[in-house]
Amino acid sequence: MAFALPKLNYDYAALEPHIDARTMEIHHTKHHQGYVSKLNDAVSGTQLENGSIEDILAGISRLSVAVRNNGGGHFNHSLFWKIMTPGGGGLPEGDLLDALKANFGSFDQFREQFSNAALTRFGSGWAWLVQSGSRLVITSTPNQDNPMMDVAEVQGNPLLGIDVWEHAYYLKYQNRRNEYVEAFWNVIDWTAVGNRLQ
Amino acid sequence: MSFELPKLPYAPDALEPHISKRTIEFHYGKHHQGYVNNLNKLVPGTKYENATLEQIIKGAEGGIFNNGAQVWNHSFYFATFSPAGRREPYDKLGELITGTFGSFEGFKEEFSNAAATLFGSGWAWLVKKSDGTLDIIQEPNAGNPLRSGLFPLLTIDVWEHAYYLDYQNSRPLYIQSLWNVIDWEVVVNRYLA
Repeated sequence: MAFALPKLNYDYAALEPHIDARTMEIHHTKHHQGYVSKLNDAVSGTQLENGSIEDILAGISRLSVAVRNNGGGHFNHSLFWKIMTPGGGGLPEGDLLDALKANFGSFDQFREQFSNAALTRFGSGWAWLVQSGSRLVITSTPNQDNPMMDVAEVQGNPLLGIDVWEHAYYLKYQNRRNEYVEAFWNVIDWTAVGNRLQ
Repeated sequence: MSFELPKLPYAPDALEPHISKRTIEFHYGKHHQGYVNNLNKLVPGTKYENATLEQIIKGAEGGIFNNGAQVWNHSFYFATFSPAGRREPYDKLGELITGTFGSFEGFKEEFSNAAATLFGSGWAWLVKKSDGTLDIIQEPNAGNPLRSGLFPLLTIDVWEHAYYLDYQNSRPLYIQSLWNVIDWEVVVNRYLA
């Protein structure tokens, strides 16, 4: 079984004006598809071909750079599409909101720290909200690394991730990563994020 | 003393269609300028306040290194191009490139491959080593060969901001197009310096 590009639950234009349709289409059909194709090339003919992406990431320190880069790229983008929705934004509810308050003081403080992690990641990468043991932690990773990998500084279950590779925002926001990060708060699907709590 | 954005040696639209005016306006006017501004905010009160960019590249860490190296890298990158110039290496550098890589075509293929396969943001470099031989290397993010004692001759910026407006995900097309605007007189003069 080869890895496959997941379908989106919404149209490419559905996140407008926050994320434009052209960016969504290229991001999904070119960048994400590229990671899937290269991941399949890298695992072809090995036992990894039949494994889960989660198991691959958990043992990434023993695998090739191609599997790390493209396996990470496939997992990260699959998560990214799922934690966004048209009509998103607002506030989380229930256990997730309680946990954010307990760990960061308030939702606004969480939001500020998460945005800061996204803005200060130099070069290409991701910022994350991670469930790590009994705590929620904000971290960022370079390139296509993620908290599922056994090489990550902060390891755990990623609840929310924002792609800060320039390809995620350059057509609409160019050098203004800060505007993209602000806009992202309007498309977050807090139900999907809350359902990821373990 | 503060760091300044060097003037571009050509008009913003001079490299079209290979690099668009819009890309130059953002890349030079916003990104390059942004690194200059950030650096000028970061260095006052540190030991790098009166340092050269080369000293910063060789010694600094964190934000001062990132912004200082990015100022240098972009100045070096933009200075390499011209709308009309020599499109092939010549003189001693030309002979060395042929001797090292078999031919100019062989060099272009190897250099393009280094630029295309650098994962994430960064730079591909042609460098002269201390023994006088040539090498092609990749540096992530703000990386610069001066830090490891190498002498840079030519670079390609493969941060997505360098090509995304014109080529989107097609980084190889961007790399291929740059051979039409690289001015080898600039590169040969660096080698002879």
